[in-house]
Amino acid sequence: MARVVLIGNLAQLTGGVVEFQLSATSVKQLFEQLAELHPVMQPHLEEGVAVAIDGQIYQDALFQPIGPNSEVFLLPQIAGGRGL
Amino acid sequence: MAENGTNGTNGQGYVGTRTIRPDGVDKVTGRARFGADFNLAGQLIGRVLRSPHPHARIVRIDTSKAEALPGVKAVITRDDFADQSSEFIPAGEMMMNYKDVVRNVMAREKALYEGHAVAAVAATSSAIARKALKLIDVTYEVLPHVIDVVEAMRPDAPVLHDDLFTVGVEPKPDKPSNIAKRIEITLGDIEAGFAKADVIIEREFKTAPVHQGYIEPHAALATVSEDGSTELWCTTQGHYIVRAHCARLLGLDIGKVRVTATEIGGGFGGKTVVYLEPLAIALSRKAKRPVKMVMSREEVFKSSGPTSGATVRVKMGATKDGRFVAGFAELKYQAGAFQGSPVQPGVFCAYAPYDMENVKVIGYDVVSNRPKVAAYRAPGAPISEFAVESVVDEIAKKLGLDPIELRLMNAAHEGTKAAYGPKFGPIGLEETLNSIKKTEHWNTPLRKWQGRGVASGFWFNIGGETSASLTVNEDGTVSLMAGTPDIGGLRASLAMVAADELGIPYDKVRPIIGDTGSLGFNFLTGGSRSAFSGSMAIVEAAKQIKAELCARACKLWEAKPDQVEFKDGAVRPIGSLGEKAKPMTIADFAKVAGKTGGPIGGYGRINAQGAGPSLGTHLVDLEVDPETGRVTILRYTVAQDAGKALHPAYVEGQFQGGAVQGIGWALNEEYIYGADGKLQNAGFLDYRMPVASDVPMIDAILVEVANPKHPYGVRGVGETPIIPPLGAIANAMENATGIRFTELPMSPPKVLKALREREAAAKV
Repeated sequence: MARVVLIGNLAQLTGGVVEFQLSATSVKQLFEQLAELHPVMQPHLEEGVAVAIDGQIYQDALFQPIGPNSEVFLLPQIAGGRGL
Repeated sequence: MAENGTNGTNGQGYVGTRTIRPDGVDKVTGRARFGADFNLAGQLIGRVLRSPHPHARIVRIDTSKAEALPGVKAVITRDDFADQSSEFIPAGEMMMNYKDVVRNVMAREKALYEGHAVAAVAATSSAIARKALKLIDVTYEVLPHVIDVVEAMRPDAPVLHDDLFTVGVEPKPDKPSNIAKRIEITLGDIEAGFAKADVIIEREFKTAPVHQGYIEPHAALATVSEDGSTELWCTTQGHYIVRAHCARLLGLDIGKVRVTATEIGGGFGGKTVVYLEPLAIALSRKAKRPVKMVMSREEVFKSSGPTSGATVRVKMGATKDGRFVAGFAELKYQAGAFQGSPVQPGVFCAYAPYDMENVKVIGYDVVSNRPKVAAYRAPGAPISEFAVESVVDEIAKKLGLDPIELRLMNAAHEGTKAAYGPKFGPIGLEETLNSIKKTEHWNTPLRKWQGRGVASGFWFNIGGETSASLTVNEDGTVSLMAGTPDIGGLRASLAMVAADELGIPYDKVRPIIGDTGSLGFNFLTGGSRSAFSGSMAIVEAAKQIKAELCARACKLWEAKPDQVEFKDGAVRPIGSLGEKAKPMTIADFAKVAGKTGGPIGGYGRINAQGAGPSLGTHLVDLEVDPETGRVTILRYTVAQDAGKALHPAYVEGQFQGGAVQGIGWALNEEYIYGADGKLQNAGFLDYRMPVASDVPMIDAILVEVANPKHPYGVRGVGETPIIPPLGAIANAMENATGIRFTELPMSPPKVLKALREREAAAKV
């Protein structure tokens, strides 16, 4: 199970819960599992968050693998976007 | 098939050398075409009517007299833009909301700052367009305004937006305010950290809004055909982003809009948004003729986005042996008239250079009656890191420690957990501090009224969507096409990578920047990403070419894939195949391309991940004139981790340019508003930026701690160098004068005032 930590204001969407143990093996699964646990997160995940997996920040990388012992941080997107 | 090439191993070795820039001749001969240099037959001139009021309700706009003026071909107002729903999207280096963008390009219900666009005209001459603007009758209901960020946060402040309710606070407010957002990050236990501290320093700082100061004003030329096909030439850091914004604001299909990025005379983040572009298209669509628009310098200052001014409170605690045990900061950033200041990266970066267990940073995004801020080199980071670096120096003084040693003692390194969450990979802060410590500069004595300061800085850097192509021409030369505007040496850097990857001479690669119809989507030039991501895309494109050539060689030589390899610019037979086949160069394949399968090329399309942060340390010597308060920069050294400098001269240029902009931010630059809410210094005579004669030669030390996620080890370098100058200069000022300056800019009147107040206090 990966250890998933929410950074900044994202924790306000989960009633203050900042840490999760999730079985996600990719960013896509991570988003799906979080949205299932806390549906209010869905638009924020779609809007764009950055995901740091074992120290490396990824943006817009749905298929990026997550290992069973990975440490994952979700933080507001630093930059990016297509403008639409 | 065996191949080599990636990591510059195949012979040419241009990467890391100082090649001649491919765009150099055009730039020095004046042949290069910038935004305002483009013209079309039959074009009209577009001009914008701007609000004279910092805050006013727009009751009525009567354009009838302007439309009746001979020579006027189109007039547009808010009625020509459909309203947009509230939707936040990441765009560039900051978040944006199309509901705000449509109101920023053309005011709707209210004018929210002096210079806010209210109407625009297209006419057969500039004089007629100007005359037409005077004939537009706008009825305003003038409202109270607010300029300062702290005043804008007060409960009784004039509210800019009735629908703006602070996000990030509980309970949710029931009244609108100018505070758009509150954000917070916490690491460890801040109170427990302060309880361990032997020394605690708390200070409040103020920074002024500063403009990017690009030499080239915004310019756009648009033509819309009868079938809606639209072409646009503009000076921008991201023509794909311009295309997306214009299509959205004007209800166009993206595929029908073709945008060409002209040569760009500076952007520094300020050309990542749209101002004139949608207006030029809307006017052209209405007039059915091309429309050209160019901002004046006054318009650039009043109507395009500077970066935030801010108020920052920092409180840091350290043990007596110099270990940082707690760091708190509260950041209040001006967003301008619409929400979306760079306070988020300011919050993340504040303590990022240091290995600390207990950190809490709170940030506020605050609107006021100023132009909407835009990105500016490492958006948000210089402000918060200035405050922290100032306090770090004070801690060093209080503990009697060397400021570099104190920073080394606390420097973030590989494995350090950043305050914003993840652990760092390999980073080079310690190396930059050690490089500075070894310089002759650090060890040279100073005289009275001279001071020396040091400060460090951190920026994330990003990757992102990138497309680039390599096409082998009939004679074996290679055309390289990138889709991110070349601001800091992109063409040279990518051409060097292509030459090394393909094993051909550098001057046989001709790089150009393609328009939006030429390549797949490219995110903009920003976030220190274009050389990082572009070189990854070029490596990918070159791989495709090498694979294709090897496949064709196998067919020609009737060989198996493992009997050929691409090495030193040619496909070579391996083993016994060498007896019957001779190596074939790229030029050899080019000659027979038609007979062996057609044109040869590669197309890299990636979403680049793995950007490595870049950290730097700056060292400055300055002298204060006690008679006038004028500060002269005597000597300046930058050390920064570039990962791998593709083109060292360009990287040094980034270090130097960032340092000079930081010097301006620290010493002179500021937006000055009158009590009437109007900008009083909207021109380069009164808005004092450093010029060449104001600064010494800036020494650059290239530190190269390879980024393991990039094939050549590259890190972005363009933004970090603007961060340390603010703190380094403030620290040098304290060493020169004994006074801790906490308000930027440290301009002569402020310095003189502080010196005289000290004199007066000493006499009492």
